[in-house]
Amino acid sequence: MDRLLNVLTLVSGLLLLLVLASVRRAHIRVEYSVSWLLAAATLLIVSRSRGMLEAAAHKLGLSDPPLALLLVVGCLFLLMFYRFSVIISKLRDDNIALAQRLAILEFHLQALRDGHPHV
Amino acid sequence: MPTPPASSDTLLVIVPAFNEEAAVGDVVRAIHAAVPGTPVLVIDDCSTDATQGVARQAGAQVLPLPHHLGLGGCVQAGYKLAFELGYAYVIRVDGDGQHDASDIPRVFEALRESGCEMVIGSRFMDGNGAHTGAVRGLGIRFFRMVLRPILGKAVYDPTSGFVGVNRNALQVFSKSFPLEYPEIEALVVLQRKRFRFLEIPCKMRPRTTGRSSITAVRSIYYIVHVLLGVFVNVLKFDQRARHPANPGKS
Repeated sequence: MDRLLNVLTLVSGLLLLLVLASVRRAHIRVEYSVSWLLAAATLLIVSRSRGMLEAAAHKLGLSDPPLALLLVVGCLFLLMFYRFSVIISKLRDDNIALAQRLAILEFHLQALRDGHPHV
Repeated sequence: MPTPPASSDTLLVIVPAFNEEAAVGDVVRAIHAAVPGTPVLVIDDCSTDATQGVARQAGAQVLPLPHHLGLGGCVQAGYKLAFELGYAYVIRVDGDGQHDASDIPRVFEALRESGCEMVIGSRFMDGNGAHTGAVRGLGIRFFRMVLRPILGKAVYDPTSGFVGVNRNALQVFSKSFPLEYPEIEALVVLQRKRFRFLEIPCKMRPRTTGRSSITAVRSIYYIVHVLLGVFVNVLKFDQRARHPANPGKS
């Protein structure tokens, strides 16, 4: 259990550093890094709070505290996947609307260049 | 910006096309022969072949999309342009040559005389659906059953791409249109707006060039995707019924 928590501490620390470095290099926009930073910070806190994890496992009726850890990690990443699905869907909608608008404006522009209305 | 058509009877024929260089020229020429003087707009969904050039040579205007949007995005671009230009009616004919352009005048006449917001050219109303594959045929029968209680009446060919719409439907579709596999969901969107549709028998030819985007394997994805889309639209419909204060919101 201790080894598992130490590994989780290391992984969440690395995740924090990776996200911060990515933000600094502008590979991730600040607004999209917030979810990752929150997730990494939560994992870091959970990994350093063995008592909290054991209490959670007891409350949830889990025999093994690592199962509670798995549950926390799973829920956290499910939430993040959901958030990114929402973001991707909005970006796709915006992208389609922009592509259509661009095509229509180019069509109008070509009509102006040709000096007569199309269609 | 081009001057919008002055008449309230103006028709635009749109042809969504993706890599249809072998068929689109004949489609455009057939449309010109069927409805002389009616503008034809080919919406090129970023084809990698000579679709644009062939369409222009055949006498069509081309709306080239900057990247591939899929059928729904492609058709909606045409609806948006037609709505901006003030067209009263738009008839969509697929670019693969399966729809018989000689049916366009009948679809147009039905649109004008019935007052329905949508007219569907149906390949099943006169038993002319022999060119439909077995899997697609099963899918169509399944969606007929699903749509019957939602639409309140039978629809024989819910996946038909040979569709005419009037300006009311154009206004709705230019704002909100399903992006993938749009035909079935579009019917439910119309129903949400309390619009009416009519089916008339039309001829359907077998595809001679290219391949359908809906293969046997993709049919499963198609069914799940469309069912989900229909379900979401029905939920929106119920929400609207419960909150009649926002009737226009889609």
